[in-house]
Amino acid sequence: MGHMTHEQSVKSATKWIIVLAVITISEVLFALLGKGYIIEGLHFPVWIMALVMIVMSIVKAYLIVYEFMHMKYEVPGMVKSVLLPTLLLVWAVIAFFWEGADWNKRRTLIDNKNKETIEDTRSTGQTGELIKKLEQ
Amino acid sequence: MAETLEHADTHHDHHEGEASWDGASAPFKASYGKLMMWYFLLSDAFTFAGFLIAYGALRIAMPSWPIADKVFSSFPGGFHEKPLYFVTLMTFILLFSSYTMVRAVQDGHREYKKGIAIWMLLTIIGGAAFLGCQAWEWNTLIAKEHMTITTNPFGTTTTSGQYLDPELGNFEEGHSYLLHKIVADDHGDGHGDAHGHDDHGHDDHGHGHDDHAAHGDDHAHHPHGMTKADLSYTEPGDYKYAFVDKKGYIHHKYKVTSGEDAGLVTQESFGPKAFGALFFFITGFHGFHVLSGVAFLIIIMVNVMSGLYEKRRNGYEMVEKIGLYWHFVDLVWVFVFLVFYLI
Repeated sequence: MGHMTHEQSVKSATKWIIVLAVITISEVLFALLGKGYIIEGLHFPVWIMALVMIVMSIVKAYLIVYEFMHMKYEVPGMVKSVLLPTLLLVWAVIAFFWEGADWNKRRTLIDNKNKETIEDTRSTGQTGELIKKLEQ
Repeated sequence: MAETLEHADTHHDHHEGEASWDGASAPFKASYGKLMMWYFLLSDAFTFAGFLIAYGALRIAMPSWPIADKVFSSFPGGFHEKPLYFVTLMTFILLFSSYTMVRAVQDGHREYKKGIAIWMLLTIIGGAAFLGCQAWEWNTLIAKEHMTITTNPFGTTTTSGQYLDPELGNFEEGHSYLLHKIVADDHGDGHGDAHGHDDHGHDDHGHGHDDHAAHGDDHAHHPHGMTKADLSYTEPGDYKYAFVDKKGYIHHKYKVTSGEDAGLVTQESFGPKAFGALFFFITGFHGFHVLSGVAFLIIIMVNVMSGLYEKRRNGYEMVEKIGLYWHFVDLVWVFVFLVFYLI
């Protein structure tokens, strides 16, 4: 934009595309590492994998929006009007993932309930004794 | 009249395109077009977020989910078990098309017509290459691995086990598998029903050729990873090592060796049903964005070359607007890449 000469802005874009490429390669390498493709038998916990990947993706998103889409040079009001509404998505993620986890829990619960068997009281305990006597 | 004059004045003084707005000054010091592009992208971000959150919620709701680096592990040229290779290539293609787009916008700021056209052309090539990759990926999943929006042949076990087929051996909990389809399906009952007929009538030449080749060179046509026993199945039924369902998918039988059901003999089942629909709809929706982006890039590039924007003297603002859209498509891919392939 107006702040930089053409040469400076080309240099800046080249710098950030390299940073983005490096982050992408790190993501892929970390994914392969955490899933045991690089070192046999090494597995990172799922939550660490997810956390690292999400953080790296958000950094990439930030760079694309701020550097490539020039959000950095827009006036604060405009930046807020575009970025603040996306905060609603934070709650959407929490609420829907919570809901998804609950579906999973309930399905497991129902599966387990379906597997339950009731002990046949006719052959054991006091009732059993009584039935045996009556049958005789 | 005075207003009109003032209008013309600002037009010359500023390159940000205030002239588009009727008021004295532009809100947020941005032109109408750019601001509206931002708000369109904001709404589009919510659409994509809705899709991706649905994916996350459904994935969390399932006891198992297909493992990405098993599902997306093919590479053109007959390579298999190359986790993430192809999709990384796709990501890089899109990333560098983003870079060429930045360069086009920068050349726009200095009103360098030739530069803009060349960088835009490179961006178009990048977009087209990405679409080509996506077409290859979809073709692999649909034609070779038989995934549809309602049938997901990619599954993951929740227990350890031992396959009855000695060729397959033992596996641990979290083992991924693909239900192959019997080879005979293409030649046998496939011809009979309406769907099969349609396939052969309208499909591209390549597929038809494949069909015939299968008679001669069996090996070339077989999906990777099929066992000898798999190749011997010709019709649905209950076999010693596997169960072949009515659609022709082979479900290998195995003995469970962990958990409550240890000792039980069971068979591989289909993976979570939603996987296919989510994959095709989300990557399809993104691919459609890329496709429309390429179309707009072509139109705008032609307009650049024709000198249309030169006359507007606003620093090639139209190139900036399509640039915003193009970066957004790349931005969405960052998250599609994250949820489908990385996690």
